[in-house]
Formats: sequence, structure tokens, C-alpha cells
Amino acid sequence: MKNGKEAFTLPGVLADVPTHYCPGCQHGVAQRLVAECLDELALAEKAICIGSIGCSVFIYNYLLVDCVEAPHGRAPAVATGVKRARPDTAVFTYQGDGDLASIGMAETMHCANRGERVTIIFVNNTVYGMTGGQMAPTTMVGQRTTTCPGGRCADNEGQPIKMTEIIASLGGTAYAARVAVDSVKHVRAAKKAVRRAFEAPLNNLGLGFVEILATCPTNWKMTPVQANERIAAELIPYFPLGTFKDMAGVDSNEETEVAE
Amino acid sequence: MSTPGERVLIKGNEAICRGAVDAGCQCFFGYPITPQNDIPEYMSKVMPNLGRVFVQAESEVAAANMLLGAAACGIRAMTSSSSPGISLKQEAISYMGGTELPAVIVNISRGGPGLGDIGPSQGDYYQAVKGGGHGDYRQFVLAPGTVQEAYDLIGKAFDLAFAYRNPVMLLGDAIIGQMMEPVTLGSNKETESNSPDLGWNLTGKGQRDPRLLKSLHLTDGALAGHNLRLRDKYASMEKDVLFENFLVDDAELIVVAFGSIGRIAKSTIRKMRASGKKVGLHRPITLFPFPSRELDRLAASGKRFLTIEHNLGQMVEDVRLAIRKHADSDFYGHLPGNLPTPEDFEQPILAALGVRS
Repeated sequence: MKNGKEAFTLPGVLADVPTHYCPGCQHGVAQRLVAECLDELALAEKAICIGSIGCSVFIYNYLLVDCVEAPHGRAPAVATGVKRARPDTAVFTYQGDGDLASIGMAETMHCANRGERVTIIFVNNTVYGMTGGQMAPTTMVGQRTTTCPGGRCADNEGQPIKMTEIIASLGGTAYAARVAVDSVKHVRAAKKAVRRAFEAPLNNLGLGFVEILATCPTNWKMTPVQANERIAAELIPYFPLGTFKDMAGVDSNEETEVAE
Repeated sequence: MSTPGERVLIKGNEAICRGAVDAGCQCFFGYPITPQNDIPEYMSKVMPNLGRVFVQAESEVAAANMLLGAAACGIRAMTSSSSPGISLKQEAISYMGGTELPAVIVNISRGGPGLGDIGPSQGDYYQAVKGGGHGDYRQFVLAPGTVQEAYDLIGKAFDLAFAYRNPVMLLGDAIIGQMMEPVTLGSNKETESNSPDLGWNLTGKGQRDPRLLKSLHLTDGALAGHNLRLRDKYASMEKDVLFENFLVDDAELIVVAFGSIGRIAKSTIRKMRASGKKVGLHRPITLFPFPSRELDRLAASGKRFLTIEHNLGQMVEDVRLAIRKHADSDFYGHLPGNLPTPEDFEQPILAALGVRS
């Protein structure tokens, strides 16, 4: 505490336990943003979290809300079932890039297209983390992984998929934004985007989607600082930050429209 | 909703729908595939009018996972499909087994393997009974032999799903699904299982501690403990075993057949009894739990057995296992792709009786 004013407290919905994440991993930052938004919107009592596969699965150990675990990629379908069964709840998924953009591409797109009143938090670190660093659909061209050891080759493996642009193009999406958590400024903007991704379905506008560019220092084989630098230098130029759709039409959220 | 005692002439697929609606099914998630299309079509008309949920999913995979989500909320929910579609649903069924979620899955099965054909077959017995998904799990499998039973058993399926917190499969085939028969409605009733808080389901935590429904058990020994507990649960299902015995007491030979084939075999047996042949029928109605104890009892009294299936021989393994201390079973497999008549089973029964034609 400085000058008697508490500047940084644990959100009530965040469990006071150590996380299992590797040093420098930004799942912790992303999950804290989710927790802060749940607190601020007073959603803890009616939130239902859909856990996914990969490193993100353990979000249910860190958030003090009701949770159910979904099979690989199917979180948006499970979320659909939960929200349709209990329309009075605030339903959200928390998924990584392999889960959401590869095996779960169909579930993600159709959930958005139906305009399910749910929130999708998409953490994109361009690699499969938990399984040991294999290629993801968002792996950058040239990026080396354990299944593209020579670097991703566009002719063989295709281009990194830009999910937010795809989701923004679908009729049922109310809000779609891409943010990063590599700097204080970006984290602040990310918080606003996460909040709006929760507000859109709560206001019955449609699906809320936020893509968070995050680091995986372990599988990128970088220090946390180098990994942050990579987000700014390599990822953001290909995956532009900003709000791609906002049906609410108010507060264009300039801080997410980051000019690099 | 049906009026108690209402008598109607309907197809098996519609009987399943009306049975589910009467039993309080709140959510239906489906995807078209022949020969079960009447089910999503009926539910799409009826469920929204009752203020309930119908979603045509983007795939069988998604439909089964929507079911998982609704089941996690403690809501009576159902999906339906046919053989290749059920294969796609198996991932979620395994997860629901592991997570102990109450869900009802209808399989109006067709010929296989692969795309097979759209005609009747019992080729999905192994998949339904032995666990078509990964891991060591079991599910109740209920096999109706008449359209009336299709109505009655779907209500039973919801009750069992919630009593055991476990997936339940209703295994019919194209005969049951497409056949019309008079049915008495109204006996299926919604129970307290659609109530807001069952002590385990997700409702949003409110003032209580958060709940977590998962099938991942990474700490040492946790999965083993979970598997042992599941094993005991599966063993306890034995008390809800269902079967029909028809003219077995004085029978020399007992035909074992399930579902629509059991019903056709019953006609054969009735006809052969008229000519003095001492033949009876044992029709398992729950394929899991299997009526092993009853078959063992029948075998101990000196009966002989013939298993008839609409496949190349699947349930016969369970029959042989059940009667192994006392007897063996002959087998007759009617090939998929055409509909057997009661006459088709006469020669196989005579052969099993040792009668020369």
C-alpha cells in the first residue's frame, strides 16, 4: 500500500493459489483480465465458464465460478448448450489457438453465426503449448515448431489464420476485437475489450469475441522479454490490433485501435 | 404434451419425440441423417411452441457437445442420430460418461460399416454396449421392440440418466423408427430432475461454492479412484435390468433376440408353437446392463439357445458369456439390407432344434 491507497488487489473471483503456468506465460494476465471484468460486471454469481483443452484448461482452478470442461475444440458448442439450457447465466469459453482455430473452427464459426449470447476469450500464442510446442493454425510463416522444424511454410501448411477478422464477418457476432498483453498500454486496452466482449451478449446483442495475442516463452524458446518483443515486432504487424466489429456502436474504444 | 391415455397411430420416431416431450425434455440438439430425420423435424415444430429449446447443430459432433452443456446444467436434454452420426457423437458421450452427466442419446441405427445403407440393421450393438468412445465407461442401452416401448423407454431413459448421472442410449433401428403402430400416450412424466439445483449441476454459483464438472484427473491415483467408483456405479445398474421372457418355461430352445428382431422372432415362435415346437423367446430390453443373470438361470434349467441378430454376430458374445457354465448358443445372423420376416427365422430355429427340414 502506498499513501494508504491500495493500488492492486486480488479480484474476488480469482482464486488465491499459485498457477501452473510457465514463467513469462501470459495466460495469467489474460485470466486476471477475465477475473477483473467478471468482478466489475458483478457476474461471478451467474457466470459459467467452459474450460477447453491445452494450457487454458486449468482456468477452472483459478476462477471461482461454475465450470464445465469441454472436449478439444468443442467449447463453443458446450457453451451453446449451457446458455440455451440456462439463459439467465453469463457463459464464456476460454480457448487457445489449437482448440479454437484448428479442431474447433466449425464450432467457433457456427456459434458466432448463430449469435449465441456467449463470450469467447481466445488466447493466441501461435503455438500448441501444453503438448510441447507443435504448429498451430496461427503459427507465423517461418516460425519453427516441433512439427514444422524448418519453419512454417505457407505452400505446405497455409497462412496463419486471422480468427477475429473471420468472426467479425459473421452475422451473429456483436463484438470482435484483437488485443495484446505485451505492454501496459495494450493490457489496459485488452481489459476494455474483454469487458465489452462480456457486455455484448449480456446486452442481448450477440456473441462477444476477443482475441488476445500472448506469449509462450517456453515453446518460443525465448526469454519473457524477448517474447514480448516478438509480439510487437512480428505478431502485431500480421495480426492487427483493434475492434473489428461492435454492434453497440458506442465508445469506439480508441485504446484498442492501437496505431503502431 | 399428450393427454394421459390418449391413443394415437404414430411412427416409432414420433413416439420417441412424444415420449421425450412428455418426460420433460427441455432441450433437443440434432442434425439430419436418415432414418431418424422425423425426430429433429418433429422437435423443431414442437419444442419452440412449448417454450423449449431446439437447435439444429452444425454437425453431430456439435449437437452432442451442446447436449453435454445442457446436461451439465442438470436439464433434461436429448440428441438423436443414426449410425455414422453416432460415431461422431462418441467423443462427447465418452466425456459425458467421464464427467457423469445425465443425457439421452437416440440411435435409430442403419446398416454399416461406413456409410453402409439406410436400411435396418443391428450392427451398432458393439458400439452401443461396449462403449464406442474412448476410455473405460458404460452407458445404459435400451432397445425397444415396439413403438409403444419406444414411447415408454424414452421416459425411462431420462429417469435412469438422472438416477445414475450417466448417459443413456435408446438403440432402435430403421424398423422401429419408421414403423407405425397404435400407442397409448401420457404415461411419461416430468420429474424433479429439471429443478434448478440438484446439488451437482451448474446454475451459476450464486452464494454457494463454485462447482466444477470435468473428466480430467491428473493427480496420482485420482483417475484410478474415479474409475473404481464408476465401475461400482455400472455394477449397481444391474438392479434396473429389463427383459421379456415369452413362453420360456417349457421351452427346449430359447431364442435370444433384441429390438425389432426380438419382436419378429416372437411372431415366428407363436407360429411354431401352434405346430407343437417347444420354442421360447428371451428379449433383452436393457442391452447394458445385460440380463446375464436371467440367461444363466434359464441355461441352468437345461435350455438350449439360439441367438438371432440383424448383423454378423455381436450380442451372441454376451449371450455365450452369460450361459457359459451350462450351455452354448447357436447363432443366426440375418444380413442387413433387407427386412426379415417371421418365416425367415423358421429354418434357423428348426436347425437349432435339430429338426431336419
